Amino acid sequence: MRNPLSEKVMSIEPSGIRKFFDIASEMEEVISLGVGEPDFDTPWHIRDEGIYSLEQGRTFYTSNAGLKELREEISRYLKRRCHLDYDPLQEILVTVGGSEGIDLAMRAMLNPGDEVLIPQPCYVSYLPCVVLADGVPVTIELKEENEFRLTKEELLEKITDKTKILVLPFPNNPTGAVMRREDLEAIAEVIIEKDLFVLSDEIYSELTYQEEHVSIASLPGMWERTLTINGFSKSHAMTGWRLGYLCGPKEMIAQMTKIHQFAIMCAPTTSQYAAVDALRCGDEDVARMRESYDQRRRFLMHEFARMGLKCFEPFGAFYVFPCIKEFGLTSDEFAMRLLEEEHVAVVPGTAFGPCGEGFLRISYAYSIEALKTALERIERFIRKLKQENGD
Amino acid sequence: MREQILTFLEKNSKIDLAELAIMLGSSEEIIANEVAKMEQEQVICGYHTLIDWEKTSSEKVTALIEVRVTPQRGQGFDSIAERIYNYPEVQSVYLISGAYDLLVILQGKSLREVSAFVSDKLSTLDTVLSTATHFILKKYKDYGTIMGKKSKDERMLVTL
Repeated sequence: MRNPLSEKVMSIEPSGIRKFFDIASEMEEVISLGVGEPDFDTPWHIRDEGIYSLEQGRTFYTSNAGLKELREEISRYLKRRCHLDYDPLQEILVTVGGSEGIDLAMRAMLNPGDEVLIPQPCYVSYLPCVVLADGVPVTIELKEENEFRLTKEELLEKITDKTKILVLPFPNNPTGAVMRREDLEAIAEVIIEKDLFVLSDEIYSELTYQEEHVSIASLPGMWERTLTINGFSKSHAMTGWRLGYLCGPKEMIAQMTKIHQFAIMCAPTTSQYAAVDALRCGDEDVARMRESYDQRRRFLMHEFARMGLKCFEPFGAFYVFPCIKEFGLTSDEFAMRLLEEEHVAVVPGTAFGPCGEGFLRISYAYSIEALKTALERIERFIRKLKQENGD
Repeated sequence: MREQILTFLEKNSKIDLAELAIMLGSSEEIIANEVAKMEQEQVICGYHTLIDWEKTSSEKVTALIEVRVTPQRGQGFDSIAERIYNYPEVQSVYLISGAYDLLVILQGKSLREVSAFVSDKLSTLDTVLSTATHFILKKYKDYGTIMGKKSKDERMLVTL
């Protein structure tokens, strides 16, 4: 029999934490700090709106780009929160989570051989989406000494005449890093000069703890070069609803809508009705959850400092990215031993790119009680490692 | 700051102030001082425990009693409210707008004890015009807490 599969698909590595996840799931009494989604339930009024839409029998397809009502709310929301102007009729596409937006953007923008710059450590979807779209992923290693921000110099170093897109994933999963206005301004200058485009994944935009999030599309000359991805998963604790959106110039959105139309048809109708309510009445919920994440973030940073675990202070998303280089173990070894010996699951930094070696991603989308128990175990584990190393 | 402290204490009066200080980005001393001040000013009036008595062997009956009264010259509802709230079995007394005046929450050992209180003590007060007694059959949620529901983390252990 012939190989039923394409070489392209076969060339893509499966997610590196599968094995780790399997072991963790078999174990009893595991405390996990490995989850990439909020611990809050979706606020009740949003769920109630979803239930109501079902009761009303709103179970049909919506228009391909999404409910007009929802696109109008998204447009107002982006204006209010990110100072972005998008026409709800032509410049906003409602997608199945933020991740569909990544896929659509790559497929609609890349010609074979086009290079896409991907700063790492980062979320795992960008690279395979580029490969599937016949592009060439080029990674940029972000550095801890820059607090995992992308600098102009790092960007310039990797640009070739084939470079077309820069992926900008901030606030960042897994590092929690944010890009301030001045950092983005430096990047924007290069983007314009080198005639590049930006795919700005802003799914964590509501979760910043120092300064308000800045969207790169709001900088002069950048709107026409930027696709902005956002969604409801992190801001409104709606991961399972699978709802996000993609915004950009209408010529680009029109082509992406074409792919979306043929591949997906439309985002889930129930989720779209619920999301209208999320944007109309959810600002207070978002603020309440942000405040709560910030409190846990402070707690975690304080505890790390106390137990002597090095970690730069992140101001975005709900992750911290401590450095474990001093213990003489790789990220994988550290995470595996922590799981086996203390039954705490964290994600090795290498799951987000080779330059994540020496780091761990720890999520604080957990109750303080859960964090406390996990931290006690981590502290015990670290003490043991220090003894082993004879410190 | 006060509001933040109160939000935490309202949910958990046993919270460790050192921990609270870390979460609020403050110091334990400042938080403790603020709490002491609020106790003094009676912003904080007590630290109670939320108990699901149904899970214990003790028998308790809770009743909500709507009371219509004639307000008294010069004192309005205050003096009649005082006469009612001084009974130790009365848990709460609220002045209410609408069809009746006072809402009295009463806890007794039995239906008989509660009805005896209403007929002997409450109804016989000069200013009380009428009462309507409702017995609570089940508490689903009290003081913002859903009774007897333990939340379970159903998320997958590791997601990227």
